[in-house]
Order: sequence, then C-alpha cells, then structure tokens
Amino acid sequence: MLKQYSFEDTAVQTFDDKTSLAMKTENMQVFYGDNHAMFDANLAFPKNQITALIGASGSGKSTYLRSLNRMNDGIATVTGKIWYHGVNINEPGVNIYEIRRHIGMVFQRPNPFAKSIRENIVYALRANGIKKKSVLEERIEQSLKGAALWDEVKDNLDKSALSLSGGQQQRLCIARSIAMAPDVLLLDEPCSALDPISTVKVEETLLELQKKYTIIIVTHNMQQASRISSQCAFFHLGHIMEYAPTSTMFNNPQIPVTQDYIAGSFG
Amino acid sequence: MNAKRTDLIATIVIDLIVASVVGILFFLLAYILTAGLPHVSWSFLTGATDAFSGAGGIGVQLFNSFYLLVLTMLISVPISLGAGIYLAEYAKDNWRTSLIRSAIEVLSSLPSVVVGLFGFLLFVVKFKIGFSVISGAIALTFFNLPLLTRNIEESLSAVSRSQREAGLSLGLSKWKTEIGIILPVALPGIVTGIVLSAGRVFGEAAALIYTAGQSAPVTNFADWNPMDAASPLNPFRPAETLAVHIWKVNTEGLASNAATLSAAASAVLIIAVLLFNLGARLLGSYLYRRVTASK
Amino acid sequence: MEQTNLQLKKQDAQTHEWDTRLHHATKATREDWVGRGVSYFCIGIIILVVASMLWFITSKGIATFTQNHVNLWKFLSGTSWAPDQGQIGALPMIVGSFAVTFAAAIVATPFAVGTAIFMTEISPNKGRKFLQPVIELLVGIPSVVYGFIGLAVIVPFMRHLVGGSGFGIISATFVLFVMVLPTITSMTVDSLRAVPRFYKEASLALGATRWQTVSRVILRSATSGILTAIIFGMARAFGEALAVQMVIGNAAIMPKNLISPASTLTSQLTTGIGDTIDGTLPNNALWSLALILLLMSLFFNALVRIIAKRGQLKHEC
Repeated sequence: MLKQYSFEDTAVQTFDDKTSLAMKTENMQVFYGDNHAMFDANLAFPKNQITALIGASGSGKSTYLRSLNRMNDGIATVTGKIWYHGVNINEPGVNIYEIRRHIGMVFQRPNPFAKSIRENIVYALRANGIKKKSVLEERIEQSLKGAALWDEVKDNLDKSALSLSGGQQQRLCIARSIAMAPDVLLLDEPCSALDPISTVKVEETLLELQKKYTIIIVTHNMQQASRISSQCAFFHLGHIMEYAPTSTMFNNPQIPVTQDYIAGSFG
Repeated sequence: MNAKRTDLIATIVIDLIVASVVGILFFLLAYILTAGLPHVSWSFLTGATDAFSGAGGIGVQLFNSFYLLVLTMLISVPISLGAGIYLAEYAKDNWRTSLIRSAIEVLSSLPSVVVGLFGFLLFVVKFKIGFSVISGAIALTFFNLPLLTRNIEESLSAVSRSQREAGLSLGLSKWKTEIGIILPVALPGIVTGIVLSAGRVFGEAAALIYTAGQSAPVTNFADWNPMDAASPLNPFRPAETLAVHIWKVNTEGLASNAATLSAAASAVLIIAVLLFNLGARLLGSYLYRRVTASK
Repeated sequence: MEQTNLQLKKQDAQTHEWDTRLHHATKATREDWVGRGVSYFCIGIIILVVASMLWFITSKGIATFTQNHVNLWKFLSGTSWAPDQGQIGALPMIVGSFAVTFAAAIVATPFAVGTAIFMTEISPNKGRKFLQPVIELLVGIPSVVYGFIGLAVIVPFMRHLVGGSGFGIISATFVLFVMVLPTITSMTVDSLRAVPRFYKEASLALGATRWQTVSRVILRSATSGILTAIIFGMARAFGEALAVQMVIGNAAIMPKNLISPASTLTSQLTTGIGDTIDGTLPNNALWSLALILLLMSLFFNALVRIIAKRGQLKHEC
C-alpha cells in the first residue's frame, strides 16, 4: 500500500540572479486529454551542469522532459511558461523546429535512422542547409568523438547504423544530437536498454559533454543520478517534490517522500 | 467412437475439397498455358492486328497495356503517396478522418465497370476527349487509388514511432521526417504494393472498354512525338489493351481462330501477371534487405 | 550602476535576438506548409473523385424517374426490357445478378472454408508454402481470362451436358465460383489464423477431436471473419462484369431456368452503354442499372461494417 504524502510539503530550490540558467519552467501543467499528468512544475536548470530527474515510473518525469522541447505537441496539452534565453517557448507563435535544434533529445530506446552512420549524423545538418563537405566531415568527427564512438566506427562510417550494438547505437544517437550544436541536451532514460558496460561509456560521455552543454537526464537508476548529476529533482505522481543539489538529495533529503524513495521504500 | 468417426469423415471431406480446389487451379493454369503458349511467337507479340476481324498479332495492344500502366502509375503513385502520408501523419482521430476512410473504402469496393462508366461519362461524354489513352489512364487511376493509398498508409504506419521522434527531435519538419526518414524504411512494403497493383491494372478491362476504347489504330512506331496523331505516345488516341482485346475477340470477334488467339493472348496476360507477382516479392525482399541489413 | 545598466541593455538585446530567432519561420516551417498542402491536396482529390462519382451516377440514375417519369416500382418489378420501345423492366437483370451472386457464394463457401481449414489446421506447412502463393496468384488473374476459360471450357461443356447454347446462369455461376474462391479462401484463412491458439489447445486438451475443435471452437470464434469473407466474395461476384458477360448469353429476359441465356446488371451495362445516346431514355435506363450496382456496393460495404462491429462487441463481452 502506497503511503499518502502531502503535495503541499515540497522542497524545491531556486537560484539567485548570479547563476546563469539554461532553461526554466514556470507553473507548467500537462494534460493528456482529461488526465492531469503534471502539476505546477517550477524548475530551473543551471548552465553546463547535469540535472537528473528521478522518480518512480509514472511520476511524470518523462512527460516533463518531453515538454521542454515541445515533443509533446499533438500528444498532450502543456500550459504554463517555459523560459529559454528569455523567451517563453511554450507559445503558439514559436518555431518548434528551431527550438528542437537548440534543445536536442535522446530517447529511451536507441533509434538511429535506417541509414549509414555518416548519414545519421549529416542528414539533419544537410536539411538545415549545411552542405559543405569539409564542414560536414568535421562535424561527423567532432560529434562522434564527443559521444566517444569515433574510435570504434571511424573506419566504416558507411556501415548501416543498424549493424551497431545497442550501446553504440545510443552513443550514435547522442552524437547525432550534438552534431546539431545544441545548447541543451535532454535524455530520456538513455541507458535503460543498455548493458552495464555501455552504460558506463554513456555516463563518461555525458560527464565530458557537460563542459559544453546543459544536460537534463531522466533516469530511474538512482546510482546513475548520484554518479553523474549536479542537481537532482524528485518527481512523485505528477508533482515535483524536491529539487536540490545531488549530494543534498542523496545524503540529506528534506521531506518524508524523498527520504522514503531514496531509502527504497517504493518506486 | 462416434466423434472419432466424424473426425475421420470430416478430414476426408476436407482433403477431397482441397484436392478438387487444387485440381481446378491447376487445370486453369495448365489449360491457358498449353492452349496458348504454342501460339505465342515473336511475330504474334509484335505483329499488327487485323482491324476488322481482330486476328493477327497483339503488338499494339501489348504496347498500349504497358503505356497505360506507366501513365496510370505516374498519376496514381504521387496522389496515393500524398494521401497515404495524410492518413498516416496528419489525420487526427475524429469523424472527418473516419469519413475520409469510409470514402476510400467505398471507392475500393465499387465494381470496376462502374468506375469505367464514370470515366466514360466524365471524359468521353462531358469533356469530349473521346476514347483515349488519357481517359483510360485516369479511369484506372480511380480504380487504383484506394488500394494504393491504403497500402502506403499501412506501410508508413508500420514504421516505429521512435523513428518519427528521432527526426522531429533534430528539428526536422514533419514532412521532411516523413519523406526522408520514414519513407525509405517503408519503401519495401510500398514497392511491393505498387507492383502488385500494377498487375491488377495490367489485367483490368471493364474500366477500360468505354474509356480507352476498343480499337487499336495502327500506330507508327517510328514517330515518338506525343503530339502526332499516329505516334504511339499520343495520349489522345484510342488504345485497346491486351485485356480488352481478349474480351473483344471473344465477344465480337469475327476471327476464325478466336479461341487460339485469345488463348495465346491470355497466356501472355497470365505470364505478365505472374511476373508482376514474382517481381513484387523479389523486389520487396531485396529492398527490405537493403534497408535493414548491414551493407 | 552604469555597468549594470549596460549589462541589462546587453541582456535585452540578446533576448530580443533570441526572440526573433525563435519566432522566425525557417526552411522547416515552410517545408511543413508545403507538405501539409500537398497531402491535403492529394486526399482532396480522392474525396472529390468519390463525391463526384456518387453524384454523377446518382443524378444520371434517377433521371429515368425524374425526367422520363418512369415509375420506380415498374422499373424494379417489370420483366420486359426494351428501352427503345419504352419498356424498362429491370427485374430480369436484378434477378440474374442476385442469382449468380448467391449461387456462386453458396458453391464457393464450403470449398473456401474447407481449403482454409486445411491450410490453417490440418497442414499449415503445405498451406503456407504451396497453397498460399497459388491462391494469391489466382486473386490476381484478370477477369477476362476467367471469362475466356468459361467461354472455351465451361460453355461447351454445358452445351454438351444439357444441350441448348451452353450460355446461362449455371455457366456464369461456375466462372464466378472460381473467381471468388481465392478471395473468400484467403480472407477466411486470415480470420482462422486470428483465432487465439489457446482456444484450440484448450479444446484439444479437453479431449475433443480435431473436427470437434474446428467446428465448435475455431469456426465459431471466426464466424464474423468468415461472414465478411463471404460478403467480399459476393460483392466481387455482384460487380463482376466482363467474365459474366462473356458466358451468360446476354438475353434481357426473365431467366426461366439455369441453362438458358440470361443477363445481369453488369452484363447489360457492358453490352448496352456504347449503343445508346446520352440523355435518351435507353441511356438513362442503363444508368439506373448502374445506380443499383452502386447502391448494392454501398450495401455490401455497410454489411461488412456491421459484421465487424458485432464481432468486436462479441469479443469485448
């Protein structure tokens, strides 16, 4: 039997004006039809840090993440404000394609295109008007190196991406996202379909990537959150219960629900 | 004991049914091929038809069949592609979409003779284009659109959602994602569907007798200017196809050898359909391997 | 103070820049407009075709009654068809169409269901490897080829067997039987394969024989699928024109028996429409036949939907 926790009792940190933020949501609500899935989400993400979103399945963390780059368009109704570079991007007039170029996303299951490794990286670049061969080649190398895949695939870039292992495919998807030179990288449980060795590789990659990007990662794996993130937000039944620096969250959680979750009482 | 006996009897009856079905099928194929193939020769395949009796070769008809097929596909594939993308990608789950689906369902279930008559009414009677290649091709398009659209929609929808998300998350437009990412993956299924529908179009006659017409005027195969009246490419000339020819020879033919003539023509038609079938399978699995497997 | 102001100004400028950038239409936006336009246009064409087809054939078909003032009941029940003399009783064709359709379906169903049971329950291996491709091929054989075989084989055979011309409802039934057999079979196979495996396993585990299992469990739970298959076969038979026209004899008279020349709606249309002049009674009368065909096709369509809905309800309960 799940204990009832008060949704009033929350501990969400805020940042002062000196912290430079990559994104922020204000009173964000998400509805699937009549189903209210996300309540009053107020979170801010500091630049060049990894923020982990944790919580049991169905707690709304993926829903929240997918709203950040408007991937929920046409699936769910999202209200409230999403601030990005001083612009509320949760508005009808906003160019969602442009947003997604700046806010990239990697999904739970590796989903490379049924094309060669090279094409996986350059396809979207070319669609965005980058046609110069030298630039494309440079981006391929940079992004594959960034995703720690370069050494494994540099000799057969024309091989089908589907012939790679699951872990390699996921790193290719990361490479594909960072090739677009985004600011923010959203990752939705990127390691849940991977074996431990691939997981370690992806984690190392992310730690390296935070120097250049702001990373927001959904994970159900608390060890992973504690290993890689600087900030950590805990979601429960569509509410954000606690948001704190990761060390605080794991060593000294502020409210009962987080304490129970960290202790493994549910989830 | 009783149940076992019934079981035995039922099994025997079913075996007999299957044997007779297989027998009928084999008789059909064997009959056409043995009656027709011996009369199929190069001169039969390329020769001209005697306009009065219908005897002679089927060169022009064969050309007409292929020409109409190509034109039909040129018109119907792009339209079905657009319509298929609409249904797979843009259509919302509401009454309007279900109305559209019903309309497509209705079009696909209409008898081909009705489709042909509509074409006749529209092109021959109303627009006064006359019996012509173009009228025939459009009538065949009407007949081809619903099946092709459904096939394309199914093939597109079968591609995993995660591929769409991958494209969209990179800032690609919906259209670009559909054309550049989803379509190549769906291609094997779409191509198989197109080739199979080509077989159907190739053998269709009822939709054509009053649109493309029942005469095959002698054409000058040296003249490839589509504007010339005698050119085989002229879209405004009447064009009897092979299937229509078989019907015509059998119903009004004055040729003394109508039976052998149509047997031979039927054999050619069957072989063409067989090739389309085989081609669809081979091409489909070849493309499937290219899309999925490592190169 | 000065510096903060400057910073704020700089920030404002940056925000403004981002604001423009994120609201600006890009290539992707334009692509989406084009894509939306193209696909809406294509679906629009199909809708237009269906709508104008229904409109034209209906308006042409009712002209017999609105312009030529033929009595609808007389049209449906009259047995004499001589449009150039003003007699337009369509009953002979209606009876002919229904007769060949039902006869073909009645003959074909046991064969189709038997074959389908063989392919799914008795010998799935042979079914998949050998019968399946053959049946798929047969669905694709053009109807004129069936008509030709009917003319070359069945008509002479009937002539030999019972005398007369050999043309007639029986010959048409045979041809249609062979034509709808693969359609009904392949759809029945699909519906039998859709029956959950555990139904069959449970029945066999209870000690039922194979036939008991097939007849009481499998066929019963696949009933709506089989019915749909039969209706599809009937729709195909009802709308088939040339193959029937080639073997039925095309006499627009009430069929007295199964072996004398008769006609169907489709055969009359095929033979007649080229010889009449647009707008005249004989022409309008033929369009009325086409309208009946259209309505029947809509009816079969609706029937399939109703059965599908019923089947769903049954499965949900």
